[in-house]
Amino acid sequence: MADRPTFRDAPPASPPEAEDAPFPRLTRPVEGRLVAGVAQGAAQQLGLDPVVIRLAFVLLTVVSGIGVVAYVALWVFTPRRPFEGHEPPRDWSQFTAFAAIGLALTGFGWLTGTPTGGFGTWPIAVGGIGALILWQQAAPDRRKRWMSGAVRGVRHNWIRSALGMGLVVIGGIGFLAVRGEWVRPGLLFTAVVVGGLAVIGAPWLAGLWRELQLERRERIRQEERAEVAAHVHDSVLHTLTLIQRNANDPREVQRLARAQERELRNWLYQPVQNADATFAGAVRRAAAEEEDAHGVPIEIVCVGDQDLDGPLRAMVQAARQAMVNAAKYSGASVVSVYAEAEPEEATIFVRDRGKGFDLDEVPLDRMGIRESIIGRMERNGGTARVRTAPGEGTEIMLTMKLERL
Amino acid sequence: MTTKVLIVDDHRLFRSGVRAELGDSIEVVGEAEDVESAVKAIAELRPDVVLLDVHMPGGGGQEVLRRVLGSGSQVRFLALSVSDAAEDVIGVIRGGARGYVTKNISGNELTEAIRRVAEGDAVFSPRLAGFVLDAFASSEAPPIDPELDSLTQREREVLRLIARGYAYKEIAKELFISVKTVETHVSSVLRKLQLSNRHELSRWATARRLV
Repeated sequence: MADRPTFRDAPPASPPEAEDAPFPRLTRPVEGRLVAGVAQGAAQQLGLDPVVIRLAFVLLTVVSGIGVVAYVALWVFTPRRPFEGHEPPRDWSQFTAFAAIGLALTGFGWLTGTPTGGFGTWPIAVGGIGALILWQQAAPDRRKRWMSGAVRGVRHNWIRSALGMGLVVIGGIGFLAVRGEWVRPGLLFTAVVVGGLAVIGAPWLAGLWRELQLERRERIRQEERAEVAAHVHDSVLHTLTLIQRNANDPREVQRLARAQERELRNWLYQPVQNADATFAGAVRRAAAEEEDAHGVPIEIVCVGDQDLDGPLRAMVQAARQAMVNAAKYSGASVVSVYAEAEPEEATIFVRDRGKGFDLDEVPLDRMGIRESIIGRMERNGGTARVRTAPGEGTEIMLTMKLERL
Repeated sequence: MTTKVLIVDDHRLFRSGVRAELGDSIEVVGEAEDVESAVKAIAELRPDVVLLDVHMPGGGGQEVLRRVLGSGSQVRFLALSVSDAAEDVIGVIRGGARGYVTKNISGNELTEAIRRVAEGDAVFSPRLAGFVLDAFASSEAPPIDPELDSLTQREREVLRLIARGYAYKEIAKELFISVKTVETHVSSVLRKLQLSNRHELSRWATARRLV
């Protein structure tokens, strides 16, 4: 816990910060500590002698055990002050002295039968320690704001404040009166005190809550910004570097730019589409991959969508082959793909304005169109039509009837 | 007759790029870089066609459309954007733009698109055609006004061909109709898109395919 993030905000080293900040954040110094430096740090912050603080802790421990709890809590929540070099040893003789005082007091109390706080003091103690931790964790300017807010709250509504004070006083007197007798009235008066404090502090608590919410929103916003920055860095900046390095290869530059553009667009505008589960997602992915592989832009338009099943998967495969052919052999500068999924039918068009070919003259051993496109579609219950002529470009039309239950 | 064009875009590099790419039949009369300067330039320079960027400081293209068309101007807008977000595309069309093309369009295609818009026709990019098909297909609710809220079979065919990357001339040949008829169909789709009461049209975009 000593190296929590708040650590960064802690004043650099030893005392001098006391002058420029009236409420420096509590830290635990290494030099002069007896146990963990809590008392030493608190003394420096409050401008008291550490002996006073240490005696207070010992007394609180003897009376109700709260001293130990408070000490441990502060220990856990207070950052250690940075210290360089060899750590000075503790002054064990002083430690022994305080321990002896504590033991003597305990023995004295036990012998004389002085009542200790009992259960009733615990809620107050826990609340107090919580407030203390909150207070010492806060940055100085925020403390100032809290203070001014509390003062304003009291001024604004003195009736409520007076009521709260009244409750606190009644509860306190009642608590002292029934002290040591029964547990139940003790708890009741404790509740009255807490209620009074709540009445006084209500606007302040509300403000605190609002501020916490605001801070949380701000943090979420910052996290989002960091995520965007990380994304831009990983993708866009990286690609820009690559483009500069490949500046003399226009084809590569175009390919890089296209790939980056596509990736950014998907990230910005596309609803998340699972390329393994939906038809449109799969077509988009196939187009993206072939565009990357062959460096020819593939413009894709998708309308509607369907779950990807076996026949549709085969259809996307066939469309991919059509894209490969268009990108590799047509000589066209761009390939258009249109995929539409209606409830009862899916269609994909792959079109280029390239050189086209004569379908009858494709050698029988060229498997691309016959096997990978037409054959595959027919085996899966669909159809493929090829429309082409030399100089006219090529369009491959794939259709698949969907059987939905 | 040359067509007078105003380029509205907040990227200076892009404005000069477009200026350089446009053909001789186009005269660029001015440039504007935000909503204020665009509204002022349109009033002063009286261009035939405004090339309008969708995302700009001060409210974007939709704000320009609202202010200029709201004041009764007859100037025609062609939206030009890098955005693929359906709500942007549908938004500017419903705001009154007569067409939408993406910024990677070639100079020749852009010149052609400007000419078409100047003549009062509509210009759809393949992607816009895809969006429109999607929007009108995803109608669970029965149409309120059948004339405006659904596409005819022929309009659907034309849109599909545009989405497949066909030029108007190729569409005409494919459907055995004249280019003029193709333009009529596209303009009619544009009108439906702008006037349809199907309020989900503009909102459909965000929800689409997220079932």
